[in-house]
This record gives sequence, structure tokens and C-alpha cells, in this order.
Amino acid sequence: MHDKTLTELKAGLQAKDFSARELTEHFLDRVQARDGELNSFVTVTGEQALAQADAADQAIAAGDHRLLTGLPIAHKDIFCTEGVRTSCGSRMLDNFVAPYTATAVERMAAQGAVMLGKTNMDEFAMGSSNETSFYGPVRNPWDTERVPGGSSGGAAACLAARLAPGATGTDTGGSIRQPAALNGVTGLKPTYGRVSRWGMIAFASSLDQAGPLGLSAADCALMLQAMAGHDDKDSTCLDEPVGDYLGALDQGLDGLRIGVPEEFFPDDLDGAIADNAREAMRELEKQGAKLVKVSLPSIKLSVPAYYVIAPAEASSNLSRFDGVRFGYRCEDPKDLEDLYKRSRSEGFGAEVKRRILVGTYALSAGYYDAYYKRAQRVRRLIRDDFARAFKEVDVLMGPTSPETAFKLGAKADDPVKMYMADVFTIAVNLAGLPALSMPSGFVDGLPAGTQVIGNYFQEGRILNVAHRYQMATDWHQRIPGAFQ
Amino acid sequence: MAIDSQVVARVAHLARLRVDDDETGALSERLNEILGMVDQLQQADVSDVEPLAHPLEVSQPLRDDRVTEPDVRDKVLPIAPASEEGCFLVPRVIE
Repeated sequence: MHDKTLTELKAGLQAKDFSARELTEHFLDRVQARDGELNSFVTVTGEQALAQADAADQAIAAGDHRLLTGLPIAHKDIFCTEGVRTSCGSRMLDNFVAPYTATAVERMAAQGAVMLGKTNMDEFAMGSSNETSFYGPVRNPWDTERVPGGSSGGAAACLAARLAPGATGTDTGGSIRQPAALNGVTGLKPTYGRVSRWGMIAFASSLDQAGPLGLSAADCALMLQAMAGHDDKDSTCLDEPVGDYLGALDQGLDGLRIGVPEEFFPDDLDGAIADNAREAMRELEKQGAKLVKVSLPSIKLSVPAYYVIAPAEASSNLSRFDGVRFGYRCEDPKDLEDLYKRSRSEGFGAEVKRRILVGTYALSAGYYDAYYKRAQRVRRLIRDDFARAFKEVDVLMGPTSPETAFKLGAKADDPVKMYMADVFTIAVNLAGLPALSMPSGFVDGLPAGTQVIGNYFQEGRILNVAHRYQMATDWHQRIPGAFQ
Repeated sequence: MAIDSQVVARVAHLARLRVDDDETGALSERLNEILGMVDQLQQADVSDVEPLAHPLEVSQPLRDDRVTEPDVRDKVLPIAPASEEGCFLVPRVIE
């Protein structure tokens, strides 16, 4: 059963080929047997999963089929789940059992989803390799000496290894798309405000967005259909009608205008990565799409702008972790200041502390205009570049990541080098646009991904493009040899 | 705008992080590398550009002014590091 997509499993449940309990047990057994090699789960919620599966079987028997009835989903450990530890990959929250459930998780549960457990991630979603997790790195199922990318590394790795058929992630600068690319799975970051952020532990609030990772674009459409929509509890969650993502999948691509930004193919880009993305675009050309050269001149400043804005927002968001109300508290604090400082220094890892310091510095008196305000002005330039491009084209495409999965430890001591892993994904977050990464082949035996960026609320269109590509190719069906 | 050990100590205090003296040297080196990369922002001509905080520039929606939050005291106190008589407990602040 584990080699099937969520869409196929849904059909199997409806046809009563197997029960939701059998399906859930199968994946729980697989996680139990194989996750020791990957470390993709922080917590497995077997008991709750079986209870949800039994409820799904009763619903199916009663003819109540919802979007995700009986389908096992692994949630990133950044989403609060009532009664279940929600660690965010941090020692700070190692003991935190959430008192409520995130809207995105709740919506999927309301559509019948079964939660398998919580997946590993970079600490507070800060990282591109999953090496900053308090629970240790996740390994890439295609080569366990390599990273799975990050920060939703556990989500992408457990999917690729077929330990779960569907997963949720979050994307602040590439954290869904880059790991999707490095593991050969499909991952979608929706428009900023499409999915509620309520109960999703905040990193950079103006950039964070939840989305699905799946084995196909169709699977992502199915999950997004359940996740998306307005939520009164998140004032930035937009009250726009939710599209018919499943219905849009099969549309033809005749006349589709694909913008190819020259900035996504810089001179120093690995030729094999560039060729891989060009090959994917050629496939779409065969289906009637037209390629149009475009330019996004300001996106060369997206990494620097991001590394002011994201740490600034993080330094503010993470001030809530003070050792007073929940989470880690140091031993024997001598006074309140000692309690704050030691709880935070012992509870946070090195990368999180670096980003808090950068953010605090950028917001401090005398530097605010030079850093934060300037970065926000550059953010407008970047957004305007995209707006100009979308007057000419329907989608933009290029490689998701400048490289395939790198070796564990290769960049762990060089933050700036690590930050460049997201050079093609970050601009999309600054502009708030939807984008996905789809598997587009292999470079030296490792998966490569191609990014499809859409205009605001055009999730249906980019899923359609990826679905049509996947109808003509089988890269998304490849399974790592050791996890067949 | 180089960061030295003194700046690290000051910023760490603002962020309520404890940084030991033997860490500040290596930390300021790392932070300078990050800020060096960030300094590319100075190249941009943004004199006529307004800052952008929200990509879609929407305004805050309003909702009815009614009580929606339930009383969650009994749910949140058990997960606190220390509590007593319905309150969070911290070290003595006033002598």
C-alpha cells in the first residue's frame, strides 16, 4: 500500500479494498521498522491514529466520505496538536504538550484525516538541512549520508521513504519547496494568507505559510483543498474564496505562458541543475506552453533582505519563550533576569540564537533605518518585479534549489553558505506568492526539483501545470532503492 | 558597521540571552559574516520606495466585538514550569 499516492489510497478506501485501520497500521508498522534509519519523526501518535482510523472506518461504513477520510497524514512538529507534544525541533519545547490544535491540522481532521505523528524539523524552522533540530538531523532516504533539506526535512524524507502518504509543512523562505526538491517529492507553499497560521508556531509572521507535501501534485491539491480558507483566529488569513484545486488539475496547457527569469539561471549555476529545469520546461512546451524570457532584477537582493526581515520578526516572536508560562525553565534561577537569560540560552540552539541576535541588532536604536526599513523597501522592489512579470506570463519556472542534497555537516559551520541554499525560493516568500516544487529528474543519482511560481491565489494553476507534467513523466513515482 | 564583543554583549542583553565571555569572539565573527552578506542591501537605490510590510497590503479585517476566548486557566497552568494558586510562579521580584 505504501507505494500508492494519497489519491489512489482514497480510491482504495472508497472501494473497500482495505480499511482505514489496515492502512494506518501498515504505515505505523513501516515507521516503526524503518524510521530508525531516517529520524524523520519526533513523535509517533499510534494510539490516536488508530482511534481516528476506526472513526474513519465507521464513517465510510455510513457512506460519509470526506476529502481525507481515513488517509494517514504526518504533521510537521511546528503545528500545535492538543494533548500531543509539539516541540518545534527545540529543547525549549521538548516538554510542551499543546493545549489546543492548529487550524490547518483541525481542518484536515474535520475532513477525516488520520494523524500518524509529528515530523522532525530544523529548530523553530530555522535551517535548510534539518541539522539544527534538537532531536538530531534527519537523513535523506536517497542517500543517508546526505541531508533532506529543511526546515520541513522530516516531512519530505518520510514521504520519499513511503513512511507516510501525505504530510504538512511550513515555508518561510523555502522550507517546503527545498526539502521537497531534495527528496523527490512535491511540495506547495500557498499564497501568504491562504492557510491559517493559527496554532502554527511563529518564526517570521509576514512570511510564514503552511502547505502540503505529497507524492504528486494531485495529492497536494487534495490536502490544500482541506487546509485552505479564511479563519477568524488569524487576522492575516485572507477571506478569498477557496479554488477548486482538484477540478483544475486536468486543464490543458495550450497557450500557457511560462516566464523564465534569467536570474534563476545565473552563470555560476551548476549546468546539470540548469539543464534539468530546462528539460522540465521543454516537456511543458510539448504540451502547448510557450516560454517567455523575463527578468526579475531585484531578486538578487532577496537573500540579504530576508536575512534582515526574518530574523527581526523572529527576535520579536521568540521573545515569548521566557521560561515563565510554558516550555523550558533553567534550574535554580537566582532572579527573574537570570531565569529569562539562562532559560533562553539553554533552551535555544546556536542558529536560533544567532538569528535572534541579528534580528535584535537590526531592530535596535540607530540601526533600524539602515537595516529593517531598507530591507522592507527592497521587499517592495522584489514584489514589484514579480508583478511586472505576471503581466506578461501565467507562471514562472526555474530550479527549486541550486544543488541536490549535500552531505551532512557540509555547511553546518557556515551559516551564510547555508542561507544560499534558498537563493531561488526566498523571493517568493517576500512577495507572498504561491509556488511549488515538483520532482524533475536526477542529477548524479539524487533528486532535483523544478519550481513553478504563480500569481496570487493561482494555486490551482500551478498545481495544474505540475499535474500535467506528472502525467507525462514518472519522476514523482520513483522510490529510493532502500525503501521500496 | 562591524560587531565586536561589546556589541554582542549589549545585543544579547537586549534579547535576554546569556552569552559567556568565551563565546563572544566566535559569535561576533559569525554575526559579522551574516551582516557582511546583508550589507548588499546598501547597493539598492530605494530613496523613492516605500517600505512593504505585507505583500498584499490588505488592511486588518474587523470582527464583531464579542467574547470568543474560553477560560483556559486549567489547561495552561499545568504546562507552566511553576504555578501556585492559579498564578504563574517566578523568582521573587520585590524584596
